[in-house]
Amino acid sequence: MTYEEAIFYVIAAVTVAGSLGVVTARNVIHSALFLILALLGVAAVYVLLASEFLAIVQVLVYGGAVTILILFAMMLTRVRDIGGPIDGPQRPFAALAATVFLGTTVLAVTQTEWRGDTDEATVVTINEIGEALFTTWAMPFEIASLVLMVSLVGAIVLARGEEGE
Amino acid sequence: MFLLADNVWLDAFLRMAIVAVLVPVGVILLTWVERKVIGRLQQRLGPMHVGPYGLLQGLADTIKLMTKEDVRPDSADRPTFELAVFVIVVPVFMAAVAIPFTSDIFVRNMALGLFYFLAVSSLGIVGFVMAGWGSDNKYALLGGVRAGAQLISYEIPLILSAVAVAMLGQSLSLYTLVELQDNTPFIAYQPLAFVIFVIAGLAELYRQPFDIPVAESEVVGGPTVEYSGIRWSMFQMAEFVSLVLISALASLIFLGGWIWPFSADNATWLQIALMATKTSAFILFFMWMRVTVPRLRIDQLMALCWQILLPFAFLQIIINGLVLVYDWPTWTLTILSGAATIAMGTLIYYVSRRSGVLYQTSGAAQRVGSVL
Repeated sequence: MTYEEAIFYVIAAVTVAGSLGVVTARNVIHSALFLILALLGVAAVYVLLASEFLAIVQVLVYGGAVTILILFAMMLTRVRDIGGPIDGPQRPFAALAATVFLGTTVLAVTQTEWRGDTDEATVVTINEIGEALFTTWAMPFEIASLVLMVSLVGAIVLARGEEGE
Repeated sequence: MFLLADNVWLDAFLRMAIVAVLVPVGVILLTWVERKVIGRLQQRLGPMHVGPYGLLQGLADTIKLMTKEDVRPDSADRPTFELAVFVIVVPVFMAAVAIPFTSDIFVRNMALGLFYFLAVSSLGIVGFVMAGWGSDNKYALLGGVRAGAQLISYEIPLILSAVAVAMLGQSLSLYTLVELQDNTPFIAYQPLAFVIFVIAGLAELYRQPFDIPVAESEVVGGPTVEYSGIRWSMFQMAEFVSLVLISALASLIFLGGWIWPFSADNATWLQIALMATKTSAFILFFMWMRVTVPRLRIDQLMALCWQILLPFAFLQIIINGLVLVYDWPTWTLTILSGAATIAMGTLIYYVSRRSGVLYQTSGAAQRVGSVL
């Protein structure tokens, strides 16, 4: 086992542990905190794949996103009021959806013919990323910007709506 | 690459030691400097009794804090409460790795150093929210929510002003950015970005006048209220290390780091002297601000960020874009950015004079302010 592999397995273990924590934690804030562990683990995987820019974007974006998530969780839920597990009539449907999803995933993993090895990761510099983003992929980039713009305007409209201005 | 020692492993060890040893020692010294400077500005003497000129006061405080009992509230959420301080301290030290202090003394010369620094330091916000929620104290919770709102908001103008510098230098490597400033420091081309960076940097340090998350008279220390002894001192350490790092970053990307006003092949002692002078100037400026400017109200704080700093940060980026794309001479940058800086200063002065507050805030911002 090379040392890259050893590092990868450590990172993978942390990521999986974080992801399991998200779904098993009883406390919604703890779930959000486990989420940041999982997301940072993914960022570390990006570093191993020589995609440093993507890793840093992951840290920058999700660091703030998780904070906002925690704030929402604190403001919109009352942790103490929830004693046991929350249950409802949708339980059988949830079980069905989860089973179908699990089945599809397992099928996809077993049916795919995996290559034993991978190509050497090529380091892409930030200049190349910028050039690709603003020439080849300019259209998707602009559409993504437009979507963000619309949601920003929507948020402002919602926040100001009550004033009658 | 220059090696600090012949052996590669020893070299790596020495470079890590820069961060692991020099930074905490610097913090102990800085607590003394801060108390002395504030003392002078308030016509007092500051610490005088421990050692000559009270020099050993920081050491005495360190020993006191380390031996103090580590009190934890009974109803606190234990893992969150205890982990929060590490979530605050570790990113600060991780960010220190990216800062080149001279052309030789650095831990790692990263191609994306500037971007890495800003991304990693943003992780500390989670720690404040964790500390605020985990303490199970209403003041801590209020402070934690305030910290989240303030730090996330001010991150945006901070990053955008750094982007302006990266546009000009066509690089995100701090090393390259410094080497480009051998004739003129970037402050001459980007005064607007510099002013925005310093204001937003001060807000990211949550020191007066931006100490809203930890204000003693409003939320009695905010997220730190339930912490004592060594855990409390880790909050202090994170604050002072961030102070040094933001000051060092500002001197690197705006004041020409270890090169300007001399040449690129300065002797090591001269490089250290240049960096120490520039960084200390920023640190002293931040301390000076701390004792002279009154604290902002939270809605004023948010208005300053979103209604003044952010639009002007975008303006700086648009100016840079125009000049770089149409290949205008560089002095146009100085004039346009300088004019925008004066406009921003006038705007801030005018609205704060006219309304008695910094900015006439909208009803929505005031409602948010009254909730926080």
